[in-house]
Amino acid sequence: MSDFEPKVVAFVCNWCTYAGADLTGTSRIKYASNVRIIRFPCTGRIDFMLLLKAFANGADGIIVSGCHPNDCHYTSGNFHAKRRWIMFKELMDFMGIDMNRITFSWVSAAEGAKWADVVNTTVTRIRELGPYVSYKELVNKSVEEEVKNE
Amino acid sequence: MNSLITRAKELLENKSVQVVIGYEAGPTSVARPAFITDPAKAGTLIYDERCVQNLAVYLTKPEVKHLGKMAIVATLPVMRSIMMLISEQQIFADSIVVLGISADGSLLDIADVKVMQGYIEKSDLGNPEKYKELLAELNKLSPEERFAFWQKELSKCIKCYACRQACPMCYCTRCTVEVNQPQWIPVQSNTHGNMEWHILRAMHLAGRCISCGECGRACPVGIPCHLLTMHLVDQVHNYFNVYAGTSEKMSSVLSTFEPNDKESFII
Amino acid sequence: METTRKSIRKQSLEKLYNLLSASRKVYAPVIAPDKQVEYKYNPDFAEVTFEHIRSTLSVKNVVFPKVENLFFYSNAKTESTITDIDLNKIPEIVLWGTHPCDNAAFDILRSIFSWDINDEFFSKRFEKLVVIGLSCHLSDEYCFCTSVGLTPNSAKGSDILLSRLQNGDYQAEILTEKGNGIVTLSPELFEPISGEEVTVTEVKQKFNHEQVTVKLASAFENRFWIENSLRCIGCGACAYVCPTCACFDIQDETKGKNGKRYRSWDSCGFGLFTLHTSGHNPRQVQSQRWRQRIMHKFSYMPERNESLGCVGCGRCSSGCPVDMNIAEQLEALQNI
Ligand code: SF4
Ligand code: SF4
Ligand code: SF4
Ligand code: SF4
Ligand code: SF4
Ligand code: FES
Repeated sequence: MSDFEPKVVAFVCNWCTYAGADLTGTSRIKYASNVRIIRFPCTGRIDFMLLLKAFANGADGIIVSGCHPNDCHYTSGNFHAKRRWIMFKELMDFMGIDMNRITFSWVSAAEGAKWADVVNTTVTRIRELGPYVSYKELVNKSVEEEVKNE
Repeated sequence: MNSLITRAKELLENKSVQVVIGYEAGPTSVARPAFITDPAKAGTLIYDERCVQNLAVYLTKPEVKHLGKMAIVATLPVMRSIMMLISEQQIFADSIVVLGISADGSLLDIADVKVMQGYIEKSDLGNPEKYKELLAELNKLSPEERFAFWQKELSKCIKCYACRQACPMCYCTRCTVEVNQPQWIPVQSNTHGNMEWHILRAMHLAGRCISCGECGRACPVGIPCHLLTMHLVDQVHNYFNVYAGTSEKMSSVLSTFEPNDKESFII
Repeated sequence: METTRKSIRKQSLEKLYNLLSASRKVYAPVIAPDKQVEYKYNPDFAEVTFEHIRSTLSVKNVVFPKVENLFFYSNAKTESTITDIDLNKIPEIVLWGTHPCDNAAFDILRSIFSWDINDEFFSKRFEKLVVIGLSCHLSDEYCFCTSVGLTPNSAKGSDILLSRLQNGDYQAEILTEKGNGIVTLSPELFEPISGEEVTVTEVKQKFNHEQVTVKLASAFENRFWIENSLRCIGCGACAYVCPTCACFDIQDETKGKNGKRYRSWDSCGFGLFTLHTSGHNPRQVQSQRWRQRIMHKFSYMPERNESLGCVGCGRCSSGCPVDMNIAEQLEALQNI
């Protein structure tokens, strides 16, 4: 699996992490290019279903990131998100879905270096874990199920 | 259950309520929900261990509401569901007469929501014993085994949504699964889509599930889907120290927050 | 074809099963660890049950799968290409040990799927189906085949019907050419009948379906529907488990440029059933949906399809979470 390049999808809020990632670029800090960033107004808007859809569509790892507590542009979106992530993580663990594949972080607009670090550690970890085979198998098997009578 | 019958009859006769929601015997050994509107028929009401359905599901049903003011035979899970529905502003506290039933099957005097709250607070609010064992067994498995367990169970799901319909807290007039722009959950039943459905359902019930077990009981193919919501009951209690359906003022766990909520995984 | 009666020993049955199972898809009932009776493709003979009353789900999925792809499409800039399903790929399926109610249901489904236009998906699957039925020597309080014109050993819908004999062997009625085809695979397994009595359960008749149909003609506006459906929670399970319910929903699912159109089971118990785009629904409340269920099976179908829409298997009632008992209601309707 040496040529495995992890696909990582990052769900980030517009006001902190997205700006932070921008700063990483303008500061010319290099980081792993495996990440595809999707920008949201706020972490409060990042529906847990989106994370599942990312896995279903082939992501091997996910980053979810937004403003530090008390810094949310909409005051409390990230506090709500935090509770939701806690529950989501526990449910996923209970169902055997691999939570080592999701990084949750707070990255402010000033933390360009931290963003690079979050991405790099995530990509390294996913590289070690390998492709998310069991989830991909689940999805593929389900597609086959539909036609099993044929 | 003579005291229940007497009380129901009284309520209907003096027109304090127009319908009593309770249980009656059917032609088989199974008991069923009953809607008594005529005081003369109050005698058919029963309460025994066969009376298992969570009757609170009817409190938000238009045809039942249409009958007028309701009285409802309520065991602890039903009382907690009522509390939950009041806190979510789906029903009004003073529009319902609660005919509480204690753990040993006798009629309680529940004069108002305060009394009901007092009774609920005194009760054991964790998941019922029989489910605790199953939860503990699952928690002992490795993540791979749990993944395999749920895949096997959920592959049986036919997406009838009986689990949703049976749950008093799944009262949405338009459920997410019925939204198709975007289509969050595939209409067809396949293991992966079924899993997404159950994750969605459990997340929507996090902090709202009152551990009645109705969803699992209603499932025609016997999927223990109540264990998902019940696992979150435990987790909600671990993290936020609350149980759902304990106060008329409580806000749902996931629609509120405390700035100092503790977690250990966000970097 | 003229029916012939043979006898087949329990051991020969195992040989026959293994012979079939080695060469084709055999769908047979097993008892799952959670005590539910489910059908599986080619289970070991040791797993196959002969002692079940009813499987949780019916076996209609062999001719009417819960999800069936109708075609695939891909969209280019200006035009779309459609790829049809190759119906010739549909394999032969041998149903094993299904009871007379379930077997009779196939003809009802056929009457629906060929009522106005011929549904080629259904027809092809039906054509490829061979039914080795099993008369009932067990029944319970939910069974009412005798009220809908069937019996615990009616041969309708079976290609071969097995019935248990007093001595534990089986009688085999060979009813059709398809059945004969199975016999010719290994004729020596089928021996002359021994004169032994068959063991068949007794199912009490609960109502007269012809009278029910007559009563229903003028019962549309009756209070009965409201009074008797308040407890229905609209879960739709009754139609999903029913061997004769044929309603389906058609969906397109697209991913990028490619997609598929499929159909999947629907239920008249659902709030969204027949909801129009305008927001209007001719069946607005549960009582109207429940009425639809009974009317369709006992009034509209006898009129249009010249058959009842129910085989008395009792699944809808035993599976209903709130004990809606269809036989009880039909009995009441007969005397309305
Ligand atoms: S156990 Fe199931 S039916 Fe009961 S409240 Fe929880 S989710 Fe709803
Ligand atoms: S699953 Fe969610 S959207 Fe659907 S009825 Fe339940 S709470 Fe509402
Ligand atoms: S009741 Fe059972 S089969 Fe129906 S949708 Fe829920 S889990 Fe699936
Ligand atoms: S009759 Fe029973 S199974 Fe059918 S929709 Fe109503 S509650 Fe569900
Ligand atoms: S309506 Fe009920 S009893 Fe009749 S065939 Fe369908 S499931 Fe069986
Ligand atoms: S705007 Fe960044 S978390 Fe709310």
